Amino acid sequence: MRVSSELRAGVAAVAPMIVGVVPFGLVAGAQPTTEGLGGVAAVGLSTVVFAGASQLAAADVLADGGSAVVATLAALTINLRMLLYSASLAPFLAHLSFGRRMGAAYLMTDQAYAVSITRWTSGADQEERRLTYYLGAGVSLWLVWQLSTIAGVLLGGVVPESLPLGFAVPLVFLVLLVPAITSRSAAVAAAVGGAAAVAAAALDAGPLSVIVGALSGIVAGAAAEALDDRLGMHQGT
Amino acid sequence: MSRIWTTIVLAGVGTFAMRASFLAAAHRLAAVPPWVQRLLRQIPPAALAAIVLPALLRPEGAVDPLHPRFAAGVLAGLVAWRTRNTALTLVVGMTTLVLLEAL
Repeated sequence: MRVSSELRAGVAAVAPMIVGVVPFGLVAGAQPTTEGLGGVAAVGLSTVVFAGASQLAAADVLADGGSAVVATLAALTINLRMLLYSASLAPFLAHLSFGRRMGAAYLMTDQAYAVSITRWTSGADQEERRLTYYLGAGVSLWLVWQLSTIAGVLLGGVVPESLPLGFAVPLVFLVLLVPAITSRSAAVAAAVGGAAAVAAAALDAGPLSVIVGALSGIVAGAAAEALDDRLGMHQGT
Repeated sequence: MSRIWTTIVLAGVGTFAMRASFLAAAHRLAAVPPWVQRLLRQIPPAALAAIVLPALLRPEGAVDPLHPRFAAGVLAGLVAWRTRNTALTLVVGMTTLVLLEAL
């Protein structure tokens, strides 16, 4: 019963995010189809790669006649942040078998990562229930992604351009960002991370700007935390 | 194998490798040194802010504080901060954006 309540909590955490995921999935299905790559390729990208922005980037390169190597590099550059998520989740899932950790890796998305790390660092956490919560979030997002991709393949460009549904994606991350700011140093990490990403994008870093921003924020936050610790020690607190 | 399927397989394997990287070695990372823990703690705020801020501040590829997305993002940020409610934040943010764009 406790396990199923944790599963439900994971599903409930990502349920409001469906508003952003469905239109994104429809585009992930429609874009490769309308650009002549075929619906099977769209479904292949969604199941094998399973990472929205990188799927669109790879399909764009292929539709423009680019090589498989260039398309792959475009996708992998966007997905570099998964390395950070993997490092962040690893200490929390170290107790699991190798197979389960690999299953968790396949289901890793921005949303599943963010809701899980928020829950596990907020105190409401028990080791044996972590995977259940992660699966509740991760499998829900996977199912919605696959179904909306297939719907996008079948329906084509049905999402009206006038509806700013793309805006739902940053809004979802905004809600996830707030509880992540737990201390002064976390605020420094967020401020520097966001500012560096904006600056990198302004300097045409393109898809690399997220990882540039994230790494800058991590270093700045860690430095701020180290400084806080040192000042605290000198004050004898 | 076609160019398309070569891409799907290569991008899929590469993305999975990045997702699996540290999770694959997690059992050997049991004793994470404090300085690594300090770096890991910064990942959620730094990575999420790096995704959110450019999307809100550079909607058309340039920083534009007068863009409706900027105002809608600030308002949604306040709602997210006060309520931590995803659905409410989405409703307020999207409604504000639609209204501002209709002006």
